[in-house]
Amino acid sequence: MSKIGLVIKREFEGRVKKKSFLLATILVPLLFPAVIGTMLYFALEEQKSAKEQVVYVLDEGNDFELESDRKYQFQNLDSDIEAAKLAFSESDAYALLYLPKLDLMNPGGMVLYTKKNPSLQASSYFENKVESQIRDKKLKASGISEEQLEELKTSISLPSVNISETGEEQASSAGVAYGIAYGFSFLVYMFVLIYGSQIMQGVIEEKSSKIVEIIVSSVKPFQLMLGKVIGVASVGLLQFAIWVVLIFVLSTAVFSIFGLNPAEMQAAQQSMTDVSSMNGSGNESVEALMNNSEVNEVMEIVYDIPYAYYISVFIFFFISGYLLYGALFAAVGSAVDNISDAQQFTLPITLPMIIGFLGTFMFVMPDPDGNVSFWLSIIPFTSPVAMMARVAFGVPAWELALSMILMVFGFLFTIWIAGRVYRIGILMHGTKVNYKTLLKWMRTNG
Amino acid sequence: MNILTAENLNKSFHKNIALNNLSLEIPKQSIFGLLGPNGAGKSTFIRIVNQIIYADSGEIQINGEALAPKHIGTIGYLPEERGLYKKMKVGDQLLYLAQLKGLSKTDAKAKIKVWMERFGATDWLQKKVEDLSKGMQQKVQFVATVMHEPELIILDEPFSGFDPINANLIKDEILALREKGSTIIFSTHRMESVEELCDHIALINKSEKILDGEKTAIKEKYKSHIYRITYRGKALTPSNQFELLSNIEHVDGTSEAKVRLAENFTSNDLLELLLSQSVQIISFQEEIPSISDIFIKLVQGATAEKEVVA
Repeated sequence: MSKIGLVIKREFEGRVKKKSFLLATILVPLLFPAVIGTMLYFALEEQKSAKEQVVYVLDEGNDFELESDRKYQFQNLDSDIEAAKLAFSESDAYALLYLPKLDLMNPGGMVLYTKKNPSLQASSYFENKVESQIRDKKLKASGISEEQLEELKTSISLPSVNISETGEEQASSAGVAYGIAYGFSFLVYMFVLIYGSQIMQGVIEEKSSKIVEIIVSSVKPFQLMLGKVIGVASVGLLQFAIWVVLIFVLSTAVFSIFGLNPAEMQAAQQSMTDVSSMNGSGNESVEALMNNSEVNEVMEIVYDIPYAYYISVFIFFFISGYLLYGALFAAVGSAVDNISDAQQFTLPITLPMIIGFLGTFMFVMPDPDGNVSFWLSIIPFTSPVAMMARVAFGVPAWELALSMILMVFGFLFTIWIAGRVYRIGILMHGTKVNYKTLLKWMRTNG
Repeated sequence: MNILTAENLNKSFHKNIALNNLSLEIPKQSIFGLLGPNGAGKSTFIRIVNQIIYADSGEIQINGEALAPKHIGTIGYLPEERGLYKKMKVGDQLLYLAQLKGLSKTDAKAKIKVWMERFGATDWLQKKVEDLSKGMQQKVQFVATVMHEPELIILDEPFSGFDPINANLIKDEILALREKGSTIIFSTHRMESVEELCDHIALINKSEKILDGEKTAIKEKYKSHIYRITYRGKALTPSNQFELLSNIEHVDGTSEAKVRLAENFTSNDLLELLLSQSVQIISFQEEIPSISDIFIKLVQGATAEKEVVA
C-alpha cells in the first residue's frame, strides 16, 4: 500500500471505530425526526388545549362585530375608556381593543392595550380583523349588497409547474425547494465545519503527542496532511451515506404507517406521465396534480425531486468545500501547540463559511437569481453553501460549471498554501505564532 | 567504508544560518557521537539526513549513493521530541510505523513479534499507549525505531527520560545492533555516554564542525601532558624536562605531585627521571582529558574568539 494510503487508512479506521462515530451516525437520523416530531406533537397539543384568551372590546360606535374564535374570546364592554382600562388592568384578560367611533372615510384612533408586548402574530391578527371589517363596511357603503360581498370572497391555491426547455412539465413548489435549499446548504455547512475542525484536532494531537517527527521521517509532510484530509473526508462521506440510507428506510417506514407507499406513488406518477406523453400534451399531469389533495401534491413533488442530481452536486460541494477548508484547518492545527491557541486562527477561516451561510438565508433563499446570490454561489469560499441552496431552485448549467471549476482552483490553492505552512508548523514547538510567522513559513523554501 | 558522507551542507532559515559548509564522514559500524551545544545545528543535520527538510546546497551520500526517498527504510530515527499516538493500540501503532518504513504487513508482524518477545512485552500489543507506563512507552518507542532493522540508526538524546535500568537495557541493545552491522549516530549532551559508547565523534558549534575523528585520536590530540604521581621519599625537583605544577605532602609520608612534561618527551622518559631521583613510586597516571573537557574547552574557546572579533 502506498504511504498516503496507509495514512488514509489509519485516519479512517481510527475514527470509524470510535464509539462516538457509531453513536452520531445512528442517533442523528433517529434524533432529528424524533425531536421535530416531538415539537410538532406538543405544538399541536398546545393548540388543541390552549385556553382561549379574553379580549375586551370597547366599541364606542357599535360598528364592529368581532366573532370569538378558538384563540380569542371577544367581550364587549360598555363603559368609557378610563373605566375600561381600569377593568382590564384588574382582569385576567389578554388585551383591550379600543375602537373609537368609526369615521369610515378616515378611520383611526384604534388602540390595542396589552399587559405585555403583544407578539407580531397577535397584533397583525387584530389589525386584519379590524381592517377587513372596515373594508366590508366601505364596500357596503359604496352600494354592494350582502350577497355580492359574499361572492367577492375568493380563495384559490396556485399550483406551480416548471416547464423545461424541452417542454417537459414538472410540478414544483416554492416550499419544497425552500426546504431542500435549506437542508442541503445546512448539511454542507455542518459537514465542512465539523469535519474540518476534526482535521485540526487530529493535527494538534499528532503535534502535541510529538509523534509527528517520527512520522515525517517516513512520509513527506504534504503526504501526511493530504492523507489526513482525505481520510477524514471519507469518514464524513460514509456517515452521510449511512444517514441517507437510514433516513430513506425510516421515512419509508413512517409513510407506510400513514398509508402512503412511496413505491406506489412513484408508480402512479410514472403511469401518469406515460398517459400524458401518449396524449402528446402535459394537461393530464396538470389536471392530476390539481385533483390531488394537498398532501399528495407535496408528496408528489417530493418524489419528483431529482435526488441523484442534488446528491451528486452535494457530494461535489461537500468534498471540494471540505478540501478547501480542511486544508486551512490542517494548517492552523500545525501552527499551534494546543486547541486554545488555535482559536485566534480559526475565526478568519470560519468567517467566510458563516458569511456564506448567512448570505444564503438573507439573499439566496428570498432571491435565488439575484446579483448577491450569484456572486455568493460563484466565489469558492462561500459557493459550497450558497450554490447548494441555489441548485434547489434551479440554476443555469454554465453557472454551476463555473462555480465548480472555481471551487477546484480554490481548493488546490488552499491545499498548496496549507502544505507550505504545515511542513514547517508541525516541527515547531513552543513558538509563538502570529500571521507574520505564517506568512514567513509560506515563503520559506525546502 | 563510510555509510554516510556529507559534503559542504548549507542550510539557513531566513537569515539564520543553521549549517555552514558541514562535511562529515560516518564510518560503517561505528557509534558516531554528534556533539554540540543547543542550537548548534545537530537537529538540522539529522532532519536533512531523514529527508524531513532539505539542504540549500551540498550533498549527502548513503553507501555511496545520493540520498533519496528509497533510503527512508534504511534509516531508523528516534527524535528528541518523540511520542506515540496515545489512543492507538501498541500493536497497531508498531504495524503502522513499520509499514510506513516500507515493510510488508506480514514482515512487519513477524518483526514486531520478535522485538516484543525480546523485551518480554508481547502482552502490551493489545493495550493502548496511554495505558502503558512511561518506561514501557520508551521501550515501544525504541522498538519502533529499530524494528525494520535499519542500517543507520539515528538516536537524538536516546537516554533522556529513561530510568537507569532502561537506559542500560537500551545501551546493550545499541551495542548488539552495532555487532549485527548497524551504524549508530548518537546525538547527545551526555558526555559520560559518549565516553562509554562512541568510537567516533564530531563536534558542531555555531553551525560549523569544529572537531571530528576517532575518539582516542582526539583525546590523544588534546591531552595536556600532565601526570599525577603518588610517591614516597623526598620532594621531586623539577628539571628542564618537566615542570612541577603542585606537590602535596601527606602526614603518612606519601606525596602527590602534578607535573607537566615538556614537549618531545614520553612517559617513559619521565619515569626514568623519577627513578633517578630515588623516590618510591606508588602510582603514576597520565591525565587524559575527558570528552567533556574537550567540549567545554572548544566551545568556550570559540565563543571567546568570537567575542574578541566582535
